[in-house]
Amino acid sequence: MISETTTERLGRFGDFGGRYVPEALVAALEELDEHRQKAMSDPEFLGALAELHRSYTGRPSIITEVPRFAEHCGGARVVLKREDLNHTGSHKINNVLGQVLLTKRMGKSRVIAETGAGQHGVATATGAALLGLECTVYMGRVDTERQALNVARMRLLGAEVVPVDHGSRTLKDAVNEAFRDWVTNVDSTHYVLGTVTGPYPFPEMVRDFHRIIGVEARQQVLDAYGRLPDAVCACVGGGSNAMGIFHRFVDDPDVRLIGLEGGGEGVDSGRHAARFTGQATPGVLHGAYTYVLQDDDGQTVESHSVSAGLDYPSVGPEHAFLRDSGRAEYAPVTDDEAMEAFALLARTEGILPAIESAHALAGAMKVGRELGPEGLVLVSLSGRGDKDVDTAARWFGLLSGEEIVEAEQKKAEEPVGESAGSGG
Amino acid sequence: MTAVSEVLARAKDEGRAALVGYLPVGFPDVEGSVRAVRALVESGVDIVEVGLPYTDPLMDGPVIQTAATRALEGGVRVRDVFTAVRAVHEAGAAAVVMTYWNPVLHYGVDRFAADLSAAGGSGLITPDLVPDEAQEWIEASDRHDLDRIFLVAPSSTTERLRMTTGAARGFVYVAALMGVTGARTSVGDAAGALVERTRAVTDLPLCVGLGVSTREQVAQVAGFADGVIVGSALVRTLVDAPDPDTGLADLRALARELAAGAREGGR
Repeated sequence: MISETTTERLGRFGDFGGRYVPEALVAALEELDEHRQKAMSDPEFLGALAELHRSYTGRPSIITEVPRFAEHCGGARVVLKREDLNHTGSHKINNVLGQVLLTKRMGKSRVIAETGAGQHGVATATGAALLGLECTVYMGRVDTERQALNVARMRLLGAEVVPVDHGSRTLKDAVNEAFRDWVTNVDSTHYVLGTVTGPYPFPEMVRDFHRIIGVEARQQVLDAYGRLPDAVCACVGGGSNAMGIFHRFVDDPDVRLIGLEGGGEGVDSGRHAARFTGQATPGVLHGAYTYVLQDDDGQTVESHSVSAGLDYPSVGPEHAFLRDSGRAEYAPVTDDEAMEAFALLARTEGILPAIESAHALAGAMKVGRELGPEGLVLVSLSGRGDKDVDTAARWFGLLSGEEIVEAEQKKAEEPVGESAGSGG
Repeated sequence: MTAVSEVLARAKDEGRAALVGYLPVGFPDVEGSVRAVRALVESGVDIVEVGLPYTDPLMDGPVIQTAATRALEGGVRVRDVFTAVRAVHEAGAAAVVMTYWNPVLHYGVDRFAADLSAAGGSGLITPDLVPDEAQEWIEASDRHDLDRIFLVAPSSTTERLRMTTGAARGFVYVAALMGVTGARTSVGDAAGALVERTRAVTDLPLCVGLGVSTREQVAQVAGFADGVIVGSALVRTLVDAPDPDTGLADLRALARELAAGAREGGR
C-alpha cells in the first residue's frame, strides 16, 4: 500500500520531507511528535476532538450534488464535499482544533500561527479563544492591508496580529517570522503550522487532522452512489485540504487524485504558483525538502495567484511524493479559469466558493469532460467565498464606476478584506 | 587553506579566545564586502564567517536580514561567496561560509565543497542543517577535507549534544540563547551552562555566538569559550553608515575593540 511505504524513513515521503531546522527547534519537534503520537491513540484525546468536531465545527460536513453546474462538466456527476460549511468557513478548523488540544496537552500557554490571507489565522485565533490560549498571528504587511477584515476578525477573537515587513511581505515571510518567534519562545509556545508542509512531524500531523475530510467523503459517496468516485479534485496551496481528502483514497487505485495549483496569469507568464508545472525543482524551504519555486541560484521566487490561499512558492512534501510516484496528478488553473468556475457555481447552484476552491471546480470541469456522462467527480469545496466577494465583484465589474469610487473611499476609512486563504 | 583548528589552537596558546566575525557577501556590494572582510582580518578577527545571502533566513534577526536582502537586490550570486572567502584566506585568516542549506543543495553539494576548498575556505556553518539530515554534506566535506560546524542550542539534550559534536569538525557553534541573530543587552547564563554541558561530551573547540555585540560581552564570553562569534553588531556598522568609507572605518574600530575584548577575557 502506497500510504504505508511513505513511513519507511522517519518523516520522509520517499525522498521528500525531513527536518531542516535550527537545532534549537529539534527538541520541540521531538516533544510535539511524542505527544501527538500518544494523543492519536488516546481515546480521551480522540474523544475530545470528535466532540469538538460534532458540537463546535459542525461535522460531519455534508456532500452536495450539483447537477446544474455539472451540465458544464461534460455531463459527469459532480459532488461537493462541503468544508465551506465548517465553523470559521473553511477546512482549516480541523487541523487547528487538533493542534490547540495538543498545545494544552503539552502544557504550553501560547500559540502562534502564520496566515497568508486570514483563514488559518482566523481558525487559530478561534481555537485559542476556545481553549484560553494566548495567540499571535504573523501576516505579511501586504496581506494585512489586503485582508483588513480578517485582521479585525482575529483581533476580535483576542489574537495579536503582527504585520511582517521583511522580504516580499506575504505568506512565506510570515512563515519565516513565525519560525523566529518559535525559536525564541519555544518553552511556552506551540507553532500551529497551517498546512501539510514544514519539518516533520507537521506534514504528517496536519494531514492526519484533515484526514477526516476524506474519511467522511468516501463513505458518504459510497452510501449515496454505491461506488467510489472516478476522480477527486482539490486545490493545492500548501496542500492541506487536498491531502485531507486524498489520503483516504490513496489505496483506491481506480480513483484519480487531481490537485489543482494556482496557475495565475499562466505558467509561461512567470506569474503563477504552479510548483509542479512551472520552473519549480526540489529544494528546501521552511523545514522540508519538497518542490520549491526557485531561481538558478536556489533563491526562492515569489509566486502569484488571484487566490491568496494558493499563493505560496512551496508545497507539502507528501504531494511531491504522490506526484513523483505517479499516484496523484497536478495541473495549474489560471486566474481566469478559476474565476469562471467561481461564477458558474454561484449562478447554477447558489453557492459562493472560496476562490481557492474554485480552482478545484475548474479542475472538475476539465476532468468531467474527459470522463463523460458515466463519470463521478468528488470536489473538495475547501472554503466559502464570503471573504472573496470584493475580489470577485471587481473581477467581474459588478460595481459601477461610482460604486467603485464609493467602495474605495469606504475602504480607506474602514478597510474591507479582499480575499482570504482557505486552500492551503 | 588556513585551518580553523590551527587558528583556534594558536589563540589558545596565546591564552586568549579567538574572535570570529560575520559579514554577508554582497553588502553593500561584492567589492565592498571583500574590502570589509579584509578590514576585519586587519583589525584582529581570527576567523571570518562569510554569510551567503538567502531569501528566507529564518535564523536571522532584522540587521542581518536587511543586509542580505539588499545584497540580493544588488544581484549577489552564490559564486560570489568564493571571492570573499579567497580574500579572507589571502589576508591570512581562516574563512568559513555561513549558509542556509538550499543554496548549497541547489549549487550541488560536492561542487560547492570543491569550489570552497579551491578558494581556501575551511568549512561551512549550517544554521538549518542538523547532522541528522546532513549525510550528503558529511560525505562531501570528508572528500574535500572541510570543517562541518554544526550548532548546539540550550534546548539540545545530552544525547543530541553527543551526536552533534560527534558529527562536527573544526569547532562547535554554541548558540548562547534560544533565539535569532541580533545584539542583546546581556549574554545571559544559558551560554556558560551550555558550554559546560558541551565540554563534557567533546574535545572540540567551542565558539559562542548569538547576542554578543560589545567588547565587554566578548571579554565575558572569552572567559569560558574558545572563541566568540559576533555578527549583527559588525553588520550594523555597515548598514547604519552614511557612506561606505565611514562604514569601513566604523567596522575597523569595532573589530579592534572586540579583538581587545577577546584578549581581556582569555581563559
